[in-house]
Amino acid sequence: MTGKSGLLQWIDERFPLSATVEGHLTGYYAPKNLNFWYFFGSLALLVFVIQIVTGIFLVMNYKPDGTLNAAGVPIAFASVEYIMREVPGGWFIRYMHSTGASAFFIVVYLHMFRGMMYGSYRKPRELLWIIGVLIFLALIAEAFMGYLLPWGQMSYWGAQVIINLVSAIPVIGPDLAIFVRGDYVISDATLNRFFSLHVIAVPLVLLILVAAHIVALHEVGSNNPDGIEIKKKKDATGKPLDGIPFHPYYTVKDMVGVAGFSILFFAVVFFAPEFGGYFLEANNFIPADPLKTPPHIAPVWYFTPFYSILRAVTYPLFGLDAKFWGVVAMFAAVVIIAFLPWLDRSPVKSIRYKGPIFKVALTIFVIAFLILGYLGVLPPTPMRTLVAQICSVLYFAFFLLMPWYSKIDRCQPEPERVTWK
Amino acid sequence: MTTTIEPMDENRRQLLVATSVVGGAGAVALAAPFVASFAPSERAKAAGAPVEADLSKVAPGEMMVVEWRGKPIWILHRTPAMLESLKKVREKLADPDSEKSIQPAYAKNEHRSIKPEFLIVEGICTHLGCSPSAKFQVGEASGLGADWVGGYLCPCHGSMFDLAGRVFKSMPAPTNLPVPPHKYLSDTRVLIGEDKA
Repeated sequence: MTGKSGLLQWIDERFPLSATVEGHLTGYYAPKNLNFWYFFGSLALLVFVIQIVTGIFLVMNYKPDGTLNAAGVPIAFASVEYIMREVPGGWFIRYMHSTGASAFFIVVYLHMFRGMMYGSYRKPRELLWIIGVLIFLALIAEAFMGYLLPWGQMSYWGAQVIINLVSAIPVIGPDLAIFVRGDYVISDATLNRFFSLHVIAVPLVLLILVAAHIVALHEVGSNNPDGIEIKKKKDATGKPLDGIPFHPYYTVKDMVGVAGFSILFFAVVFFAPEFGGYFLEANNFIPADPLKTPPHIAPVWYFTPFYSILRAVTYPLFGLDAKFWGVVAMFAAVVIIAFLPWLDRSPVKSIRYKGPIFKVALTIFVIAFLILGYLGVLPPTPMRTLVAQICSVLYFAFFLLMPWYSKIDRCQPEPERVTWK
Repeated sequence: MTTTIEPMDENRRQLLVATSVVGGAGAVALAAPFVASFAPSERAKAAGAPVEADLSKVAPGEMMVVEWRGKPIWILHRTPAMLESLKKVREKLADPDSEKSIQPAYAKNEHRSIKPEFLIVEGICTHLGCSPSAKFQVGEASGLGADWVGGYLCPCHGSMFDLAGRVFKSMPAPTNLPVPPHKYLSDTRVLIGEDKA
């Protein structure tokens, strides 16, 4: 190679620097018709970085200690108040972290929806999709454990309810719940292990999974709104005719996404960090009290669709509690997403060329998901439970009936080349 | 110089397998102490010391809460009317005789206690571990219907219990509230967490 500086040459002989940059940026060809839905992958990466950087700084002042200080306030709760009131800029770092948690889920839910719309899970991207579902699972664990750390009433009782779900497992459940808590109740031991997992273990797992997600993506190439493979049409030099190098084209495009995201993100951080009690719940401004449950417990908004599915199961089955089947349904609701590549039998990938049945099914699915999310923040009534049951059935029907309805759907032919204006 | 290819000695692969198995066993054994560290520590196990409560502080119709093993323990001083209500709700209960529920033998009776007027139960819902709220008002004023005779309502998932901690039928909670081991030290002093003499 010519034109390389001496230093770069020296490095390249010892580390594949130029080859890596070329393979993943300047020589990675992405379809030229990616629309705004393709912002959310890079935005998820941005939020991940925000969470890690703000997290590092929060740990410098946070104390994972459930014992009471001289004033009778749990030390963990007091250290969060200390960050908010006395550490210079502490409020800003913490609000970025708490808003970042919600932003992470907004961005990831939109990213997943994009994949469902354009068939990004279809062959050859099955493994890419599965790694994505694993990232989602790790993210749920990360968010759940992080929520215990402020040691407020909602932290405490939310964790109490969710860890008690484990005890619904037959035979080993009750002992397993004690094992998870490290105590007979949620206590200092639970707080400390959640802190360790939230700050070290799960972020490491996330980092590895995100790296694997990107490597897998760059192996198979990005999907696009037309759902056709750009690698099928190449020019004489072997470059996809409908592809453009990721850098500079998409790095520049993603910067527009970053700017738009930042406007919304910092508007929340500065003007509505609690977001009406949805990002930071009112009860969490009261220190954890093991003797008193708040009158209404609701998980944070991003868990509520799955929490609704959990509550919707009210029938015992095969001699096992409804509680156990609720837990099974809740986990099944996440895991079933990983099976999409094999459930979809449609001849085309993208919603643009799929028939009316899929469009209706996806619309119903999204509405059911939103209703489940809304019901999850409300206390249950018989009427609401019935609605949640109907929506849970619709949620699972979208996946389980897909092998049939995607086959009989009236699809349009895919174009030869990508379409764009 | 000629190079000859020696025939492969496949028996030597047994050594590879044996080494891997021994190494794997060692790795599993190494994991044991890490996994074990998740179990409650000796201090956590020892923290379940019994607590003493003074019953003379609870007026009839009132309830006090003491902490034992990090859990709220309710001490309810039932009035004759409250005790009467236990008979009225019998038909509506899931486990009226506490057959499936957890309590010491001396509390396995209709009032689920040693002395009928004093109920001592763990205030932790058997569904998912929230602490139910006291709903001692009777009838419409309680907000729980005209035939409500007083009891407890769990704020998390709506389980209802009577004034002996017995769960009503078709509730998320599967069993009655557990009664902790306890014994009377005198007429008004009770020790919670220990019942051996």
